[in-house]
Amino acid sequence: MNVVQSVDSVALLPAYLAAGTAVLVLITDLIVARPRATIAVAALGALGTAVGSALVGAGAERRTFCVGADCSWIFGGRAAVVGGVVALLTLGVLGLSIPALRAGRSPVGEYAFLLACSMTGGVVLGAAGDLITLIVALETLTLPLYVLVGLRRGSLASAEAALTFFVVSVVATTLTLLGAALLYAVTGGLHLDRLGALLAEQPELRDLPLTTAAVAVLLVGLAFKVAAVPFHAWAPATYDGAPLPVAAYLSTASKLGGLIALLAVVQRALPAEQTGPVLALLAVLTMTVGNLVALRQRRTVRLLAWSSVAQAGYILAPLGALALAAGRTDDARSAAYAAAVAYTVFFVVLELAAFAGVTALRPAGADGGTLDDLRGVARRHPWRAAAFGLALVGLAGLPPGLAGLFAKVTVVRALLDGGAAWLALVVALNAVIGLAYYLRVTAALWAPTPLAVPDGGGAAAVPVVGVVAVVLAVATVAAVVLGVAPQLVLDLAGR
Amino acid sequence: MTFGQGLLVAVLAVPALGAVAVAATPRDRAARLVGTVAAALTLLAAVPLVFGGRGWVAWSADAPAVRPWHQLDLPWVPGLELRFHLGVDGISWPLVVLTALLTLLCCAYTMWRVPGGGSGRALVALLLVVEVGILGTFLALDLVLFFLFFEVVLLPMYAIIAGWGGADRRRAARKFALYTLFGSVLLLVGVYVVVAAAGTADLVTLTGGAGMSRGTQLAAFTLLALAFAVKSPLWPLHSWLPDAHTQAPTVGSVVLAGVLLKMGTYGLIRVAVGVAPEGARWAAPVLGVLAVAAILIGSLVCLAQSDVKRLIAYSSVGHMGFVLLGVATLTATGIQAALIGNVAHGVITGLLFFLAGAVKDRTGTGTLAELSGLRETAPRLAGLLAFAAIASLGLPGLAGFWGEAFAVIAAVQVGGPLWTTLGVLAAVGGALTAAYFLRLLRQVTHNRPSPAVGRVGPGLAGAELTAWVPLVLLALAIGLAPTLVLGVAEAPVDALIGVVSR
Repeated sequence: MNVVQSVDSVALLPAYLAAGTAVLVLITDLIVARPRATIAVAALGALGTAVGSALVGAGAERRTFCVGADCSWIFGGRAAVVGGVVALLTLGVLGLSIPALRAGRSPVGEYAFLLACSMTGGVVLGAAGDLITLIVALETLTLPLYVLVGLRRGSLASAEAALTFFVVSVVATTLTLLGAALLYAVTGGLHLDRLGALLAEQPELRDLPLTTAAVAVLLVGLAFKVAAVPFHAWAPATYDGAPLPVAAYLSTASKLGGLIALLAVVQRALPAEQTGPVLALLAVLTMTVGNLVALRQRRTVRLLAWSSVAQAGYILAPLGALALAAGRTDDARSAAYAAAVAYTVFFVVLELAAFAGVTALRPAGADGGTLDDLRGVARRHPWRAAAFGLALVGLAGLPPGLAGLFAKVTVVRALLDGGAAWLALVVALNAVIGLAYYLRVTAALWAPTPLAVPDGGGAAAVPVVGVVAVVLAVATVAAVVLGVAPQLVLDLAGR
Repeated sequence: MTFGQGLLVAVLAVPALGAVAVAATPRDRAARLVGTVAAALTLLAAVPLVFGGRGWVAWSADAPAVRPWHQLDLPWVPGLELRFHLGVDGISWPLVVLTALLTLLCCAYTMWRVPGGGSGRALVALLLVVEVGILGTFLALDLVLFFLFFEVVLLPMYAIIAGWGGADRRRAARKFALYTLFGSVLLLVGVYVVVAAAGTADLVTLTGGAGMSRGTQLAAFTLLALAFAVKSPLWPLHSWLPDAHTQAPTVGSVVLAGVLLKMGTYGLIRVAVGVAPEGARWAAPVLGVLAVAAILIGSLVCLAQSDVKRLIAYSSVGHMGFVLLGVATLTATGIQAALIGNVAHGVITGLLFFLAGAVKDRTGTGTLAELSGLRETAPRLAGLLAFAAIASLGLPGLAGFWGEAFAVIAAVQVGGPLWTTLGVLAAVGGALTAAYFLRLLRQVTHNRPSPAVGRVGPGLAGAELTAWVPLVLLALAIGLAPTLVLGVAEAPVDALIGVVSR
C-alpha cells in the first residue's frame, strides 16, 4: 500500500476556508484589536466558506483521505448543502450577536473565534466519511458552544446553562464513542460505507447482541445531540440561559449538525431493520412530548426551545418509515433521507427568522423574556412583528408561511410513500397541537396591550440595530422564496 | 393564454392584489373603498367564466369525468406532485360566483360599518385573503393545490374572529383554528394516500378512482370524509361552529356560513366521492345516518336556543345535514340537491346573519328573551327577517326548498328500509326547522316591543339595503328558477355519477 496519500485540496477547500476564518479572527483580534475589524473578518470568512462549499459542491463528488475504496472525506451534494447552510447560519447568528457584543456583554474576539470554530466543525461534519471524523467534527461543532453559552458576563443562569449543556454533551459524546468502538470490535471497520456493506453482507454480524448494543448506544448518543426525547432535558434550560444569538445557533446550526450526523450513520452504516423502529419511536416521542410541553411555556425562548424539540421529531419522522419493510425499498429510503434533509433546511431558515424576530423585538442584549413582554408589539413595530409572525406561522406549517407548509407536506409524503401511514397521522395530529402554542405567541403580538403596563414595559418602543433588521429581513425573504419555490430545497436535499 | 385562462387567473389574482393594495393604502376609508372595488372586479371576472368552453357532447366511456370549461395547468413543485392546475365547471361555478358576491357584499357593508376591535382596512384585507383561499379551493383541479388553498383560509379567518369578534372571541377563534386544522391535516394525509397510490394528484385523472385498490380507497375516503366533515361541519364534529359564528363579527359570520362551510361539502363531492368512489359507496350509509342525525339534532338544539346568532349558527348544522344526505345518496338527484342546497344556504344564511347582526347592533343584545315586537318599531327589518327565516325553513318558491326537498326525495328513491327511514326522518327534521324558525319570528317580531327593541328606529341604512337586496333577489330567483344552478351542474353531475356508480 502506498504510504503517502495524495490529498485532494480542492475537496478540502471549504474546511480550509472555515478553519482559516477561525485563525484569521484570532489574529485580527490580537493585532488590530478593533471589534469592528474582527467581526468583519468573521463575516467575510463565513460568507467565503458558504461560497466555497457551493462552488466545490457544484462539481462532481470529490473524495480524499482514502484507504482503498474507503474514504474519510467525501464532499458531495449533501456536504455542500450542509457546509453552505452552516456557514450562512453562522453569518446570521453573527449578525444577531452585534447588539449584545456592542453592549459589552461578551468579549468580541473570543466570541467570533468560537463561532468560527464551531462553523468549521459543521462544515467538516457534512463531508465526514468515517465514524471518527464524524465524532470529532461533531465535537468541534459543539465544544465552542459550551463556552459561548456561558459567555454572558455576570449571568448565573448562563453559567448554569453552560454547565448543564457541558455535562450532558460529554456523556452523549462518550456514548457515541462507545458505540463506535463496539462497532469496530464487531466489524473491524470505521468507514461508514464499509460498515454498511459489511453489515449487509454478513447477516450473522447483524444478529450479534453486541451489534445491537453498539447501534443502540450510537443512536442514543446522537439523539442527545439533537435533543430527541427522552434525551432532551438539557435543551430548554440551556437555550433559555444562553444569550439569544447563541440559542439561535444551538437550535439551528447545532441541531442541523446532530441530524446530519444521525442521518449519515443511519443512511450509510447501520442496518435499517434495527434503526428504523428506534427512530420511529424517538420521532413519535420527540414531537409529542415537545409539543405538549411547549403548550405550557410562558417564556419565549423556552417555548421556542420546546418547539424545536418537537421539530426535531418531525425531522426524524421520515427515518421512522424504515421500520416497515415497505419503507426499506431503495426509492422509499432515498425519499425518506431527502425528506429529512429538506425539512431540516426549511426548519433552520424559519427558526433563524424566529430568533431574529425575538432579537429584533427585545432590547439590545436582553434575553427572550416572557410572552407578556411581546404583547402588543405589533402596534409599535408592525414590520418586525409581521416577520416574526410569519416565521412562527411557518413553523406551525400554515400559509402564509408556505415554507413550513411544504416542509410538513414533504415529510408526510415521504412517510406515505414508505407505507407508514400511522406515522404520517401522528405527524399530522402533532401539527394541530403545535398550532395551539404558535398561535398563542402570534396572537400575543397583535393583542391589545393591557393598560396597567408601566412605561418601559412590554410594548415600549425598541430601537432595532441595523444588522439585526438585515438578518431578519434576509431570513424572511429566504423563507418566502422557499415558500414559493420549494423545489429548490427538494432538489438540493435529493442530491 | 386564452380568455378563459385569463379569467381564472384574474379571479385569484385580483383579490390577492386587492388585499396587498388595501394593506398599502394608508387612509382607512380609501383602503376599504379599494378593497370593495377589488371584490367587485373579482365578481366581474367570476361571472363570465360560464361562457365558452362548453361545446362537449354527452358522457362517453373513455372521456374523463371532470371536463372543465376552462383550465390552466402549470408545473409548480414537481417533487411534491404539485401543479398549479385550475379549472371551472358546473359544480364549482355557482359556488365561485356566490363567494365573489358575498365577499363583495361584506366589503361594501364594511364601508358603512366597521365592527369594533381593529381597523377596517385590515378587516377588508383579511376578507380578500379569505376570498382567495375559498375561490382557490373551488377552482383547484390538483389535489395538493386544493389542500394548499384549503389551508390558506384558516389563519385569516382566525384573525377576523379574534380581532373583530364578540366578548368571548379569543376562545372561539382558537377553537375554530384548531378544529379546522385538525380537519385539514387529515386532508393532507388523505391527499398523499391517494397520491402515493395513484402516482398523480391531477383531479381530472383521479376522478373515478384511477384504478386504486379497494383498501386504499376506503382509507382515502375515510380520511377525506373526516376532513370535510369537520369543515362542513357534520355532527358530531360541529362543535366549533356555534362559537365561531356567534363570536365572529357580522361580515365574518356571513363569509363563514355563506361560503366557508361549502368548502367542506364541495370537497366531499369533488374530492372524496370523486377520487374514492368505492370508499364512498362503502361509507354512504354511515354518512347518511350521520347527516340525518345532524338534521334532527341541529333542529332540536335550535328549538332550545336563546341567542339569535347561535340559533342561526345551529340551523347551519341542520341545513348542512340535508346537503350531506344528498351527497350520501350518491345519486344524480341527491348531488344536485346538495349543490343547490349549498348555494341556497349560502344566500339565505348570509342574509340571516346580516339581519341578526343588524338587530344586535341596534338593540345591543342577541338574547331572544330581550327581543320582541321588532315589527312595531322596525317593520322593514322585521319583514326582511321574516322573509329570510321563511326562505331558510324551506317554503316552496324560495331557494331553501329545493335542496331539502330533493335530498329527501333522493333518499326515498334509493329505497330499501334504511334510506326510506332516513328520508322520512329528514322530512321530520324539515318540519322541526319550520318550528324553530317560526318560534324565532314569534319571539323577535311579535308581541310588545321590549325596552331594547323600543329604542330602535324604523330606518335602514343605504349600505344595509345594498348588501341585503341582492341576497333577497337571489333567494327569490333560485327559488323560482332552480335551473340557474341546476342547469349548469347537470352535465358534470351526470358525469360524476357515471364514474361513481360504474
